[in-house]
Amino acid sequence: MAAKTATKPVRIVMAKVGLDGHDRGVKVVARALRDAGYEVIYTGLRQTPEMVVDAALQEDAQVIGLSLHSGAHMTLFPAVIEELKKRDATDIVVFGGGIIPDDDIAELKKQGVAELFTPGTPLQDIVAWLKKRFPEGG
Amino acid sequence: MRALARAITLVERRDPQARALQQALRDRVGKAYVVGFTGAPGTGKSTLVDALVAHLRKQDRAVAVIATDPNSPFTGGAILGDRIRMQRHALDKKVFIRSMGARGHLGGLALATREAIRLLGAFGFDPVILETVGVGQSELEVAAVADTTVVVLTPNLGDGVQMIKAGILEIADVFVVNKADLEGYQRVMIELRSMLSLAARGEAGSWKPPIVATAAAKGEGIDGLWEAIESHRKHLEATGRAEAQAEQRLRDETTEVVAELARERARAALADDGRLAERLLQDGTPYEVAEEILRQLT
Amino acid sequence: MKVRAKDPRQVWQEEFDSSASRRNDGIETSTISGVPVEPLYTSDDLPARPEEMPGQYPYTRGIHPTGYRGRLWTMRQFSGFATAQETNRRYKYLLANGQTGLSVAFDMPTLMGQDSDAPTSRGEIGHCGVAIDSLADMETLFEGIPLGDITTSMTINSPAAILLCMYLAVAEKQGVSFKKLGGTLQNDILKEFIAQKEFIFPPEPSMRLVVDSIEYCAKEVPKWNTISISGYHIREAGSTAAQELAFTLADGMAYVDACIERGMHIDEFASRLSFFFDAHIDFFEEIAKFRAARRIWARWMREKYGARDERSWKLRFHTQTAGVSLTAQQPELNIARTALEAMSAVLGGTQSLHTNAMDEVLALPTDKAARLALRTQQLIAYETGVANTIDPLGGSYFVEALTDEMERQAEAYFKRIEELGGVIPAIEAAFFQKEIADAAFRYQQELEQKRRLMVGVNEFTVDEEEEIDILRIDPKLEREQVERVRAVRAKRDQARCTKALTRLRKAAAGTDNLMPHILEAVRAYATEGEIMSTLIEVFGLYTERAVI
Repeated sequence: MAAKTATKPVRIVMAKVGLDGHDRGVKVVARALRDAGYEVIYTGLRQTPEMVVDAALQEDAQVIGLSLHSGAHMTLFPAVIEELKKRDATDIVVFGGGIIPDDDIAELKKQGVAELFTPGTPLQDIVAWLKKRFPEGG
Repeated sequence: MRALARAITLVERRDPQARALQQALRDRVGKAYVVGFTGAPGTGKSTLVDALVAHLRKQDRAVAVIATDPNSPFTGGAILGDRIRMQRHALDKKVFIRSMGARGHLGGLALATREAIRLLGAFGFDPVILETVGVGQSELEVAAVADTTVVVLTPNLGDGVQMIKAGILEIADVFVVNKADLEGYQRVMIELRSMLSLAARGEAGSWKPPIVATAAAKGEGIDGLWEAIESHRKHLEATGRAEAQAEQRLRDETTEVVAELARERARAALADDGRLAERLLQDGTPYEVAEEILRQLT
Repeated sequence: MKVRAKDPRQVWQEEFDSSASRRNDGIETSTISGVPVEPLYTSDDLPARPEEMPGQYPYTRGIHPTGYRGRLWTMRQFSGFATAQETNRRYKYLLANGQTGLSVAFDMPTLMGQDSDAPTSRGEIGHCGVAIDSLADMETLFEGIPLGDITTSMTINSPAAILLCMYLAVAEKQGVSFKKLGGTLQNDILKEFIAQKEFIFPPEPSMRLVVDSIEYCAKEVPKWNTISISGYHIREAGSTAAQELAFTLADGMAYVDACIERGMHIDEFASRLSFFFDAHIDFFEEIAKFRAARRIWARWMREKYGARDERSWKLRFHTQTAGVSLTAQQPELNIARTALEAMSAVLGGTQSLHTNAMDEVLALPTDKAARLALRTQQLIAYETGVANTIDPLGGSYFVEALTDEMERQAEAYFKRIEELGGVIPAIEAAFFQKEIADAAFRYQQELEQKRRLMVGVNEFTVDEEEEIDILRIDPKLEREQVERVRAVRAKRDQARCTKALTRLRKAAAGTDNLMPHILEAVRAYATEGEIMSTLIEVFGLYTERAVI
């Protein structure tokens, strides 16, 4: 009579890195992800890469979602990937959203960001992408 | 740190691996003292906890915080946002913050929390602070797990202290009137005191919950709060209540585990055994089928 | 037998109801904010009130009797990027091309009160505006531009007092009297807590700084618009038009209350308060919103606050077309969007206007896109004829009815805010943030369900998007700016600087008006970051209560 393993939702740490405070997008996405069954840990504004990764580790999150509108994406996304490497946690999937030109998207993906969503992406696309990667939870 | 975090996930999921882990850790020294914070939304609990953590860090203690938020009953998802109020402790190695959705834990939140607390204690965190949103059952769940339960109130409670649900006054070991810098705080203090004296627990030597005033956003009153918690802890030890409580908890936990296992079997039985399901429909009431399932368990 | 002639409206109703002709595309017929819109408005919908006139209380039709016949709106394009030097060049370019006022955009570190060499400034320098670390950068920014001859709008909030002092110090060096200086400082900290989130200090000391600046300017810089009470950011964060209107005016009243508490008389400062609204894509709703704003503010100023100077009753506003309505897909379409939005602002009687460039969803605008945006305003002003008459939509059954509806919704919000104890308690209870988050989510749902369209995004898409040129900031500029601020620190009279900062700290802990102290620190080439740090030591930092 083994106890069943509970299906726990997939945990996603969402944050805004850098100085900009436009949180409309990240909040709308957080809600959509909650409605899709994910546990979203929202750590708020002005997060540094170290803070985001630390939170992801403590919360045993599988995913990190970052939102950035200030143009500093080429500095901050790679910094998060770097920090994950340092903490031996590269299994955590990183995705993001914001104002990011196509060439930069390509480059960031090469550096290890799993996906980047630009303005106008339907929420269901983001959810669908997550579900594909994590079919068992959420 | 990741190991601890993953271990907590394992116990949350009631993963079989967790059992082995718990056995291994059983002998590890370090039992964490648990302080639970509960209260209506908007009373400033997160800010209060944040200030208390800062206070404890000054004493160089390693502190853990478990913050719970409700899950959606429909999708199972949740938005857990309590970490935000504790930004200043981000990157402090001696502060561990874990957010938990209130649902999705077989056996209820209390069970998962207790396991997590044992792990945190084993890893050297003491005290462990539990923070919940005071809606629905959660206050009672906190009281079941915490050694000291702190109930947080504020001056702008609208209809006053009378609005506080019955039962909350009984579970509180310490009362905090937060946002004491606001108008109306004196009134809340007076009302609370009179309600408490009316409900006096009678027995000599029993604990009389103190009322502490704080202004958490300004960092005021926090030492008073910790003192109150400490004196409750000393009271529990002195009167042997600590042990009695621990024993009672273990019993409660055992009942909960039994209930959880039984619940699982009942679900499985109703899903797999067509005969049972049919009989249930015929009966229209659960009792006979329930007894049948129980019989099948033994 | 006499047959009574049927009422024409009734006839129309019957024809409408019985007609088989009905769009069935599932698109919402309410405004983008959810206000229901009838298929027809008639004289029955005209509110019963005496006819209103421009330049007469309550100014629904405009605050001046002459409207745009007297003076066109100011074409004020927001700009700034990377370094002061480059921005100075862009300003001269725009002024030469007919822009009539300057508007400064600052980069994120500057907006957040950080120097370019702070560790958290890395990667953020010059991306969304100009980097200003000290008076030296400000001098470069306005080099060759006589401050006495132009007006300047500075979009900055938490550190606003510091940037204003830098502007004053530049004027001082140019030999221009403060009394001659005209311009606007955004300086609206309440909307930061509500929407844009560029707050630094907690609400109380933040308000103190705002009141200090209003008090100081009332005496020393009388032509300066001390605050641009903003709805734009609230709208961009996802609010409805009614929320934008209500929350902005409520903020305005909170500032008025604070100034009165300081001991100022309403007529001392009220005429220098200005406003800043969004011009979103739902054409008529925006026009109604602007008209309602004037009427509501005039009424409150006169009736509630007892202002006696007519200028205190007149709401003046700047408008920016909605950034959030722009798309990255088929971006040329943004030119059309912006034109229509600008039109609504003009028909709403705005005093000054910024039109977005088409590529702004992707990056800071290129020269060409920026010029096109300016030309759009010139097109409206000089080719379309809408500026020939004042408040052309006055008397429109639809617009008047909608104006009244906006007013009603705003008043309902005022009551709710009052019940919560006012704007600051409402902020701490996360009231505004929740309303905004809900509205944003609702709109997103409507888009996902195609009940509202965004052309090129959820409908009428193209497979191959064309590449368009976007402006990229040279990373070299970041390094140069870091060098620059270090050089300023090395060169300055350190003793004078330290003394000024010490005095500032002392004053901040007391009740002095901080403006003269900040001005002295600025003159001594204290950097923005140093001044902010000094204030943070006294005021502390604010963490918001996040509501999703």
